[in-house]
Amino acid sequence: MGLRSFFDSIEPHFVKGGKYEKYFPIYEMVESFIYTPKTVTTVAPHARSYIDMKRIMTYVVIATIPCILFGMYNTGLQTNMAIAEHGASGWRAAIIEGLGIGFNANNPLANMLHGLMYFLPIYIVTLVAGGIFEVVFATVRKHEVNEGFLVTSMLYTLIVPASTPLWQVALGIIFGVVIGKEVFGGTGKNFLNPALVGRAFLYFAYPAQMSGDSIWTPVDGFSGATALSIGASDGYQALPERGIDWMDAFIGTIQGSFGETSTLAAMIGLAFLLVVRIANWRLIVGCLGGMIAFSTLLNLIGSDTNPMFAMPWYWHLVLGGYAFGLAFMVTEPVSASHTNMGRYIYGALIGFMVVMIRVVNPAFPEGMMLAILFGNVFAPLIDYFVVQANIKRRAKRYV
Amino acid sequence: MAQTYRKQLIDPLVDNNPITLQVLGICSALAVTSSMQVALVMTIAVTAVTGFSSMFISMLRNQIPSSIRIIVQMVVIASLVILVDQILKAYAYEISKTLSVFVGLIITNCIVMGRAEAFAMKNPPIDSFIDGVGNGLGYGLLLMVVAFFRELLGAGSLFGITIFETVNNGGWYVPNGMMLLPPSAFFVIGLIIWGVRTWKPAQVEEREYKIQSVEAH
Repeated sequence: MGLRSFFDSIEPHFVKGGKYEKYFPIYEMVESFIYTPKTVTTVAPHARSYIDMKRIMTYVVIATIPCILFGMYNTGLQTNMAIAEHGASGWRAAIIEGLGIGFNANNPLANMLHGLMYFLPIYIVTLVAGGIFEVVFATVRKHEVNEGFLVTSMLYTLIVPASTPLWQVALGIIFGVVIGKEVFGGTGKNFLNPALVGRAFLYFAYPAQMSGDSIWTPVDGFSGATALSIGASDGYQALPERGIDWMDAFIGTIQGSFGETSTLAAMIGLAFLLVVRIANWRLIVGCLGGMIAFSTLLNLIGSDTNPMFAMPWYWHLVLGGYAFGLAFMVTEPVSASHTNMGRYIYGALIGFMVVMIRVVNPAFPEGMMLAILFGNVFAPLIDYFVVQANIKRRAKRYV
Repeated sequence: MAQTYRKQLIDPLVDNNPITLQVLGICSALAVTSSMQVALVMTIAVTAVTGFSSMFISMLRNQIPSSIRIIVQMVVIASLVILVDQILKAYAYEISKTLSVFVGLIITNCIVMGRAEAFAMKNPPIDSFIDGVGNGLGYGLLLMVVAFFRELLGAGSLFGITIFETVNNGGWYVPNGMMLLPPSAFFVIGLIIWGVRTWKPAQVEEREYKIQSVEAH
């Protein structure tokens, strides 16, 4: 109980009237991170549940663990394979050589370690840069520092390419936290997913570091197209010739952003979120349904000039960020629709848009990020119409 | 009297800025602020049009029948816009090409119509002229500030003169491509409005909805 009594002894300084009254949110953040909050609701409505926001956020972070682990492994694997051809350079290589582990792509441990050395700097920069702004806003606006940021920072780290310069990582998360969340009032009031806002900012601000063929594996001189851009130029039939068959894409040993390549890892996370009932299954059904229906329709229409038309739904599922976005972003409770009917529509809209952007728009080989942001913007409107329709339907009973 | 002229001229710059307070004329503010030179020309054009249109409409105000006043105002404004467009084409052809349709679209700029309708129809010509110029300058000031950030961050230069040497030319600055896209002006204007309203809380609008608090029992 040493820690508890320490908190108790310093608490008087932070509560109203104390010396550091201004910094109460910071105190509260640390204290409630370690202990359950002491405050209880005093006014109606009372909702009793074993699950509060903190636990929701913790569960989401736990659910990303498979993606984190696999992301590290894959980043290391891709990097080590590229190093075999192009040679190693930089401080990471120096450390690895110093430890005597080497760059053998067949050694899972070496891959993990190499991936970790890309994951950690990005994650630390994200936490520090975003965290500073989070705390500043909490202090000035006198609201609590929210655990939501832990989720945002983790998701953000997993959707940037491993080669992103760290200052861009910082800029992106700051933009995401401030413009995507805090200007609308903080966690729970953000209608866009802050991690995606940060990623979209980077995508449009620094396209050279965020798209193309040479950025996915952080080795100088290496060029490896993502499966989606191969699909866009040569058709999905060409993928196995380029060494990517469906199973590779499903497991995730392909080019892509940090944690989004593995459909398997995302599915494990999604299963966990469904079991603890944070992810709503209606969103998943809607999103899968929209994607499968529209891609099948495009298969039937066909096109002589655009090979993407022929890509079947099971390839759409495993390529790019679809699975990751489906598991962690479509299901995000704040920015999704809140009515059950709305959830089907919202999911279907995203599923439709992602195929639309991937297939029809030649400028963006990947569409999940933009499709989800698009869905976020429409979620309140969908809810509005669902509620209005319900009112009309019920009013008819009493003519 | 001199005091009121001064006030009419200064007031629209910050305290009653047409963009940050009234949120008018956003469309052109998004379109023409990717470089400072273009923004400066646009500022001059809009200031000239608002000033003179207010003056002429004020001169005519007692002759204009109320039922067709909007049409008469539009005729005056449209003639001035065409004049400005022709002058630009004659003396600054390159810039007029960059501005393209946006010079013509000054006619649809809410600020011009707004001042004609709200001020020039009720006040004498000289007052109206100064009011028009003041509002044009208020619009222009914001345009210049937005263009400053967009050109500096997006291209590393001001008025086309390099300030930050970009990476492509062997320097250190990686230009922020989003700043050159029109949506970035939304962010910049939004942040400026946020800043101005923090500085002058009187400009903050009343909330449409209030969260009701319930007393504890």
